[in-house]
Amino acid sequence: MAKTKVDLSWQELEIGAVVTNAGNASEYRTGDWRSLRPVWDRDRCVKCGICYIFCPDAAINETEEGWFDADLYYCKGCGICANECPTQSIKMIEEEE
Amino acid sequence: MESTNVYAYKLITRKEYFSPGHRACQGCAEALAVRLVAKAMGRDTIVASATGCMEIISSPMPFTNWRVPWIHVAFENAAAVASGVEAGIKVLMRKGRIPKKRINFLAMAGDGGTSDIGVQALSGALERGHDFTYICYDNEAYMNTGIQRSSSTPFGAATTTSPAGRVVPGQITWKKNMPEIAAAHNIPYVATACPSYPVDLIEKVKKAAGIKGPAYVHILSVCPTGWRLPPHQAIKAGRFAVETGIFPLYEVEKGRYRFTVKIGNLRPVGDYLKMQGRFSHLDEKLIDTIQKRVDKEYGKLKKKIEQGD
Amino acid sequence: MGNRIGLEVSLSAAEAVKMADVDCIAAYPITPQTHIVEHLSELVNDGQLDAEFIPVESEHSAMSVCAGVSAAGARVFTCTSSQGLALMNEIVHIVASMRLPIVTILANRSLSGPISIWNDHTDVMSIRDCGWIQVFVNNGQEVFDHVLFGFRVAESQNVMLPLMIHMDGFILTHVIEPVEMWEKEQVERYLPPFKPVHSLHPDKPVTMGGVGMPYIFSEAKVAQDEPLIQSKGEIISAWKELGDIVGRYYNPVETYKSDDAETLFITQGSYGETVSMVVDELRDEGKSVGLVMDRLWRPFPFDEFREAVKNANNLIVIDRAISYGGQGGPLAIELRAVLYKTKNQPNITNFICGLAGRDVTVDDFKRMYERSMEKIKTNPLEEDYEYYGVRGK
Repeated sequence: MAKTKVDLSWQELEIGAVVTNAGNASEYRTGDWRSLRPVWDRDRCVKCGICYIFCPDAAINETEEGWFDADLYYCKGCGICANECPTQSIKMIEEEE
Repeated sequence: MESTNVYAYKLITRKEYFSPGHRACQGCAEALAVRLVAKAMGRDTIVASATGCMEIISSPMPFTNWRVPWIHVAFENAAAVASGVEAGIKVLMRKGRIPKKRINFLAMAGDGGTSDIGVQALSGALERGHDFTYICYDNEAYMNTGIQRSSSTPFGAATTTSPAGRVVPGQITWKKNMPEIAAAHNIPYVATACPSYPVDLIEKVKKAAGIKGPAYVHILSVCPTGWRLPPHQAIKAGRFAVETGIFPLYEVEKGRYRFTVKIGNLRPVGDYLKMQGRFSHLDEKLIDTIQKRVDKEYGKLKKKIEQGD
Repeated sequence: MGNRIGLEVSLSAAEAVKMADVDCIAAYPITPQTHIVEHLSELVNDGQLDAEFIPVESEHSAMSVCAGVSAAGARVFTCTSSQGLALMNEIVHIVASMRLPIVTILANRSLSGPISIWNDHTDVMSIRDCGWIQVFVNNGQEVFDHVLFGFRVAESQNVMLPLMIHMDGFILTHVIEPVEMWEKEQVERYLPPFKPVHSLHPDKPVTMGGVGMPYIFSEAKVAQDEPLIQSKGEIISAWKELGDIVGRYYNPVETYKSDDAETLFITQGSYGETVSMVVDELRDEGKSVGLVMDRLWRPFPFDEFREAVKNANNLIVIDRAISYGGQGGPLAIELRAVLYKTKNQPNITNFICGLAGRDVTVDDFKRMYERSMEKIKTNPLEEDYEYYGVRGK
């Protein structure tokens, strides 16, 4: 997506400092924050969607087949999904870097 | 888990009106609550926000996480700004300057911006009867400025302005009952909610947005950072708050009280308090004081519900 | 030609708001503005004005409601005085930064303490730097005209700034003056409907009032100051158009017998009319005196003011506010700065008078003239300002 310009001159600022690009903060990679990452065991997962619902960062996406994966661009590694999964299908593992 | 079909979660809209990429802490249950409220209210919503955690993390210029129209003016006036937006849009539709359609008006603020500095504007807006929903995201302190106490901080909690010291053990006043204050304005709908019970929360917010006149929803928002618990336990902590009777989930519809999530035997408050670092200084005596108070308040609420009052 | 009637100035202000077809009114009562909001509520409840009359629970909420209404794209009006202005102070600053074209009448009243309901300009000076367009009006007709002017200027696409009309409390609010109302078609010609640049609507979601991070805050402030400075052009053309429609022409700086005057009184607000009588009497006595009345306070009309005083040797600046611990009255302080670059600087004497409704008569002004002439003869720079008529001073 086109990156939002941050070093705007005063003339480039929108009137009243209004931000017109709704939701453009989704450019920000909060995934850089994490030290743990969730992984799903699809042998246990029952596709209930609870992990999706409880993610404060909307960082869990449903695949076409109905499985769930973390969106690593945003995932902060808080571990709520792993803690809430009713079938214990999610493990938090160390980030490899 | 609440007493609904676990697959009910699949019926909730996939649209995100509160986008990812916000700067909330890991495990912020308040951000989760905002996300769920945004799903409940949908596209045709205008939000007036107070200064606070949710405002700061979602609107650093020139970025915004809001995919619905959103305005922030100051700390204590979310309800007043929302009143103005509601009145302005109402007149524009009445005079035919914009097409008539159903728009939800949402005022949102934290506990500081509601039960302390925002109480006046809230009371005025409720009394004037604007057709809007007021949501208080209660993380029980002024979290954004560094975990200072508010009138919503529970008894015994350590905050940076009610620290647990040798002489005074944290907050020594009891949490202000904002839902009751809202209900005392005789508005058509008041409810408590918690994102640990997402379907209950979404249903309540939908109901609040749908009724004509002012509605007030008080959402307990677990703050791992300020309450001193690991982020992954945020949802569990909210659940325990409800199961202990500390934060019962109920609604008041035209003055009639009812539980929306029925708890059988209350969990002992110790289970909840011992999860959190902010209560770690409490001895058994203080925990017992809290237990007695919770039992008393819960009993009062139960009476109201039984009376059908 | 509209009908000319005797009407209490507060009521005429409300009638002008009605003719402007505002969409919302945020109302909180404070002496001496009460008659304005009272009459507005009558007009609304009587069906003469189709607007939401919002009786807020404090002035802070009044301006906050105005912010919400304006951001939603609707035309809004409020009015207040003194303590009410002080209470809404943070929001006054904020709505200027948000470029919301709110029109407000300030019924000038003294700031506490001690608490006073009477008229002076201490409340005006407390918001000198808030970023609003500010104009002074001197009589009932001017109040009426300037409400319509206010919306016209505030809402113009290249201005989009809130505008405050300063009108002296009691001296104007509670007196009956002759006011000529406009015809409906004159208003229609002069005041187009409000078309905001951005507004809150789900069809086009925007974020208003985001956090000013350090890397962007300064640019946001310049982006607020420049339009205020540039608004003078629109202000002057709006005054010209007003004159073309109703025959009354207003200027950033009004002058009275000032061209050949060696000494000029400088006033703001309704005192100007009293001083014009003083000028006539002094001129009859052979004194070379004139009057300059500042009408446009912000953005300050530098060129027009320097032009108006360029031939004078002495300026007698009448202040109705104090800058405690500063160099006298705020108007004099400002004018000294305005004239700093001038080659032949005039002598500036400054009188602080008329605080909280203390009467200042024609004779009082004459004494101020004599006092100024004394000071200039003996030692012009010894005392920057003087309190007039204060026992013990």
